Amino acid sequence: MLSEEAIKKIDYELTKYPDDKRQAAVMSALRIAQSENGWLSPECISDIAGYLGIPKIAALEVATFYNMYDLEPVGKHKITVCTNISCMLRDSDAIVDHLQEKLGIGFNEVTEDGKFCLKEGECMGACGGAPLMSVNNTKMHEFLTPEKVDAILKELK
Amino acid sequence: MAAAKVVNPVMTDLKGQTLVTLRTLKEKNPASLATYENLGGYAELKRIVTEKVKAIDIINQVKVSGLRGRGGAGFPTGLKWSFMPRYFDGTKYLVCNSDEGEPGTFKDRDIIRYNPHQLIEGMAIAAYTLGAGVGYNYIHGEIWAEYEIFEAALQEARDAGYIGENLFGTNFRFNLYAVHGYGAYICGEETALIESIEGKKGQPRFKPPFPASYGVFGKPTNVNNTESFASIPWILQHGGQAFANLGVAGSGGSKLFSVSGHVEKPGNYEVNMGMPFTELLAMAGGIWKGRNLKAVIPGGPSTAVMPAAAILEATMDYNGLGKAGSSLGAGSMIVMDETTCMVKALKRLSYFFYEESCGQCTPCREGTGWVYRVIKRITDGEGKMEDLDLLTDISNNISGRTICALGDAAATPVLSFIKHFRPEFEYYIQYGKSMIDGK
Repeated sequence: MLSEEAIKKIDYELTKYPDDKRQAAVMSALRIAQSENGWLSPECISDIAGYLGIPKIAALEVATFYNMYDLEPVGKHKITVCTNISCMLRDSDAIVDHLQEKLGIGFNEVTEDGKFCLKEGECMGACGGAPLMSVNNTKMHEFLTPEKVDAILKELK
Repeated sequence: MAAAKVVNPVMTDLKGQTLVTLRTLKEKNPASLATYENLGGYAELKRIVTEKVKAIDIINQVKVSGLRGRGGAGFPTGLKWSFMPRYFDGTKYLVCNSDEGEPGTFKDRDIIRYNPHQLIEGMAIAAYTLGAGVGYNYIHGEIWAEYEIFEAALQEARDAGYIGENLFGTNFRFNLYAVHGYGAYICGEETALIESIEGKKGQPRFKPPFPASYGVFGKPTNVNNTESFASIPWILQHGGQAFANLGVAGSGGSKLFSVSGHVEKPGNYEVNMGMPFTELLAMAGGIWKGRNLKAVIPGGPSTAVMPAAAILEATMDYNGLGKAGSSLGAGSMIVMDETTCMVKALKRLSYFFYEESCGQCTPCREGTGWVYRVIKRITDGEGKMEDLDLLTDISNNISGRTICALGDAAATPVLSFIKHFRPEFEYYIQYGKSMIDGK
């Protein structure tokens, strides 16, 4: 079920497109639903398709194509670390090792308490601030060091 | 909609820079409408619309400026604009490609967060010129804060009467919206981006028809990069020739170079085209930790890697880098020092192209995965000497055999890394470990 707040946000996105092009809002609708629920369940994807009046498969195609959508629960804080070339050159491996040790999980795993999940990301377009990671797809943390990672994790508790 | 936030720039050393697209950078609150207006912002738009300047005259100025597509392809912007049909019964669209996902590229992000109004003005001028009633700025999924900044800037521009209906009391209308991507490198390709705006998988379309005749919702559409649009107000204010004069023959203007990797001061540097590489490297503080330069990827991984000797002689412009055996791309310089293992670097890049292939064309879908598995086999200590020819062969069979340029982009690093650093690959295969770090 989409919340009233989510519907309001989706309706705002719909104003950006012609009236008969409701499918265009599917990406933002999925994003809005995901940020509300933490992930996209099959029911949620169906609800969005229903609200936009598009086939379920059209919404599912989009949800599975773009890699920032989560089709499984990811815990409260999803941490995505970029390991692409510019970050790699500035030792993103050390950041990954530190996070994995600190959280006790590998990539695509969730901590037992459901608080953290770790993902490997592709280029986030902020390579000047490498190494970097993003939290819940919205908050970018740049110029990371193991100490800085500790401070960020502490705040997320 | 939230009010525009005050954004404090991450400053690079501005000495030697020519601030065109980032001209608000020295100001206190660079992203605000007031700041931009104080610097003469939106005056060009107002003049053009109220004086009813002819579209052909604007296009000519853009042609004279020598501006070439800043997203990486380098196609002349004025010429692209002239492809849009003059007369069309219905809405024409204008699209800004801010989906920068090419590793090492982070320039458009700075334009959006530090100078969004210049981008909006550039798009509005383009919309007037091309008769586009609706525009979208498609913003890279991973940069959410910038998306919010742009939404706020749009609201400011709407309230001030710079975008919307009946602008400046004329019948000119331009409704501009922000669209947010959600993690797909391929959407930087303009027809994939159009599919994405329409709410579909980002899979590139066959061309022709080109977007100028069949673009967003099947309507005539012009797509340009963020930096290209943001250059337009300056070009019209100072004249196309003045912009051309900033650069060198074949490469008009200034250009934002994103410098990342092994330099002391990574960041964006907006400098005149044709600057010697050594000067740009010095601005970025030189190679970090007092080490020596090994190689540079000058325009993002879809451009060929250059060994130190080649790049040290090169100038930063289309012809300069072309002559030196690579290309300017999006101006995304990835700098590698002497401790870099080129086999491992290539492995990471190959994984990226494998991960980001949209899966539509067989040579790319299968070839990128194959390339990655072969390089992984080498770094796992199970490589064979024939693998180097195999990698070359696979790459040559991806290149030129796909709908879009991602196939070529995936092949370029493989071919250029092996060409310039073959002994490192041979060593890895022979000894099962890196020649550089011994691991």
